[in-house]
Amino acid sequence: MLKPMSCKLLVIGAGPGGYVCAIRAGQLGIDTVVVEALRPGGTCLNIGCIPSKALIHAAEVFEAAKAAAEANNPLGISASAPVLNLAKTVEWKDGIVARLTGGVTGLMKKAGVKYVSGTARFENGETVIVATDMGEQEIHAENIVIATGSVPVEIPSLPFGERIISSKEALKLSEPPERLVVVGGGYIGLELGTAYAKLGSQVTVVEAAPRILPLYDAELSAPVARRLARLGVEVLTSTKALGLSPDGASLRVESEETARSLPADRILVAVGRKPNFEGLGLEELAIDMEGRHIRVDDRCRTAMRGVYAIGDATGEPMLAHRAMAQGEMVAEIVAGHKRAWDKQAIPAVCFTDPEIVSVGLGPEEARASGREIKTALFPFAANGRAMTLQSEEGFVRVVARADNHLILGIQAVGAGVSELASGFGLALEMGARLEDLAATIHAHPTMGEAVPEAALRALGKALHV
Amino acid sequence: MGEHLIKTPDVGEGIAEAELVEWHVKPGDLVREDMILASVMTDKATVEIPSPIAGKVLWLGAEVGDKIAIGGPLIRLEVAGEGNVAAGGAAPVAPRKEPPKAEAPKPAPKAAAPEQPAPRAEKPKAAAASRPTPGLRTSGPPRPPGEKPLASPAVRLKAREAGADLRRIRGTGPAGRITHEDLEAWLSGAGEPEGGGSRLVANTAVEEVKVIGLRRKIAEKMALSKSRIPHITYVEEVDVTALEELRESLNRTKGPDRPKLTVIPFLMRAMVRAIADQPQLNAIFDDEAGIVRRHGGVHIGIAAQTPAGLVVPVVRHAEARDLWDCAVEMNRVAEAAKAGTATREELSGSTITISSLGALGGIVSTPVINHPEVAIIGVNKMAVRPVWNGSAFAPRKIMNLSSSFDHRVIDGWDAATFVQRLRALLETPALLFMEA
Repeated sequence: MLKPMSCKLLVIGAGPGGYVCAIRAGQLGIDTVVVEALRPGGTCLNIGCIPSKALIHAAEVFEAAKAAAEANNPLGISASAPVLNLAKTVEWKDGIVARLTGGVTGLMKKAGVKYVSGTARFENGETVIVATDMGEQEIHAENIVIATGSVPVEIPSLPFGERIISSKEALKLSEPPERLVVVGGGYIGLELGTAYAKLGSQVTVVEAAPRILPLYDAELSAPVARRLARLGVEVLTSTKALGLSPDGASLRVESEETARSLPADRILVAVGRKPNFEGLGLEELAIDMEGRHIRVDDRCRTAMRGVYAIGDATGEPMLAHRAMAQGEMVAEIVAGHKRAWDKQAIPAVCFTDPEIVSVGLGPEEARASGREIKTALFPFAANGRAMTLQSEEGFVRVVARADNHLILGIQAVGAGVSELASGFGLALEMGARLEDLAATIHAHPTMGEAVPEAALRALGKALHV
Repeated sequence: MGEHLIKTPDVGEGIAEAELVEWHVKPGDLVREDMILASVMTDKATVEIPSPIAGKVLWLGAEVGDKIAIGGPLIRLEVAGEGNVAAGGAAPVAPRKEPPKAEAPKPAPKAAAPEQPAPRAEKPKAAAASRPTPGLRTSGPPRPPGEKPLASPAVRLKAREAGADLRRIRGTGPAGRITHEDLEAWLSGAGEPEGGGSRLVANTAVEEVKVIGLRRKIAEKMALSKSRIPHITYVEEVDVTALEELRESLNRTKGPDRPKLTVIPFLMRAMVRAIADQPQLNAIFDDEAGIVRRHGGVHIGIAAQTPAGLVVPVVRHAEARDLWDCAVEMNRVAEAAKAGTATREELSGSTITISSLGALGGIVSTPVINHPEVAIIGVNKMAVRPVWNGSAFAPRKIMNLSSSFDHRVIDGWDAATFVQRLRALLETPALLFMEA
């Protein structure tokens, strides 16, 4: 039993929500402690966003090298067939992760945040017991932030193990599985499935919904489906995963028409994530839940005074940038500043091939809200920069109110369009109208030129289509 | 390819100019032969101008609301073949007049003769949604209920810190965006609304509505009537209990081919009877010539509300129509007026007018005389009222008549006599059907 500590702010979890909250709180002079059971940076830095992007990049480079090695490639490059050493790739990726987690540790330290490594459990609304390597540490805090993140959802008939893996294990395989079956055609499953297809695996995607990426509209997901087909990825939609075959070497799946057995060396289950409250002792608190996640108000306050929740613990959208914004806000609220959640849009990016980015409302959502809208898309096939990148698939699409042209949403699908998300988000937060987008000079030649073109087209005066 | 100039056609006898009330096309539109190009309004009727030829619209000759001269240039089309305008030159029409009310100097079309009318800039119709309302920079229009305030993150933060509720602040920026200036103005107390903690906001929006077309006609007519005619208004109550019994009985027993009777046809017949005794009430006063023209024919105007505004269709020769015929004709012209299909003849030439708002008739009104007539009979709402019959109160159906007269030519005595005569006829409706 260690000597009890007390602080003004205790943050449970050092993922993107928690560490940002802790850093800002420390900067504001608040006596802050952050507790982390694993490593700083949470899922995002260690086993999520960052490592998956590293793997996707390596797969793209490998794919490009393979293309360059093809006899008649249009770029006129001659190269010999590339060879992959995935263990080395994973090592490189781990290096990036180490740099970033080290950076986070350094930033917290610089801000004067105390870091406690261990698993936290609520004793009551003001006290947390942390199981550390050196014994139990009791911490009293005036304010506590629950930033415990989320974990992959497990399918009961497909328990995680050697052959059945989650995204976490998929990021540290020593070699690409010969046959990879991905259960779940959402963004996580497709990002990793695509990467492994490029790295040489024979990939099959099993999705229960009628199409992949069911959370994006069909117009956005169609280019991704086409690319998967060209990569030789078999996509089984309206298909349910039942369980392993008796010999454990295949996955049994079933659709309305047929039942099949898919031989698989690895089965990646990526059917969503759920808030992680395991061992936290939430039942000790008078906290309201909303389904699986904690209910919070526009200041991320839970039903219990002095207890906040941020990030995936508060439900969808489970996105690191949302958690970060919430964390920053809560730190400032604890510091006595007047703050409340008033964001107009939370961008969502899908690092598939091609990438998808969506900010604000799509056409159907906007119409469903009862508005008259104007919407238009500009295809990259008419964009010079896209041609020079051999990436003419996709488009930029704008959705605006018909009456005052206020932009309600911007979406894009195409190579590298994730980088356009910043401009899209800015347009929505600033309350831009179609005329604002159309009248902003976008550099030539860039793929971003599709943005004003889409706005012009919505206004009925496109130049390049 | 040639240019074809369409001149404003003659839309009615003796009319020198008409008001353009609507364009049905815009420059760039393709038009077929007989497609409607524009609507113009003459004295009272709206006339649609069709295209005599197929082509593409190049130029519009006037703005909505402009008066255009008959025979003046209306529209130019690009047509197959030669057209009627010499290339690069003026149309081979008589001395060209500039389009009336031509706007400030316009750029001349390239390679055009100087006397050629300049093309109008494309109408800014499409930009209307995006155009900030001029003169409203200090305060934007109020936000429709349920709409979230629109402001940049920096403005939101500043408002939050200052304790200002953005929902109470109006935005002057594009799409109603709350700018830093709007917030500053609100914080410094200059902004509106004040209102202690109330969610209600003052509405200082001003919408400019162009008074054109029928509305302008009505405005001119009303102003003319009220400024030229010293009105005398006389109100009397009429016991219509017996009339109502008769009316209900007739409606109950009428053939299916006959219209349902209202009070108005009875009133029309009563007016015909009263006018027979007092022809000075059924007259047109030409005050410039100093002549009152007493008409033999009783042409009764019926003030009618249409979606576009007040119009007065006319039942001609009520003296030659029986009760049913009055009802049929009144329904016909009123329907035509409401549908906008009434002819100029059906909308003019009345010698005396009835104004009735039916259930909205109120107790008393002060009708404005339909210039240059000298009398207008206003019908107020019928209601059951207790009436002292000498020994007890009895429930009677009472309806007021509020009537105005041109006091220059109708004395109060004459006005009162006329209304009393109407009253006697309506209270004892059998008199309406007695041969004189």
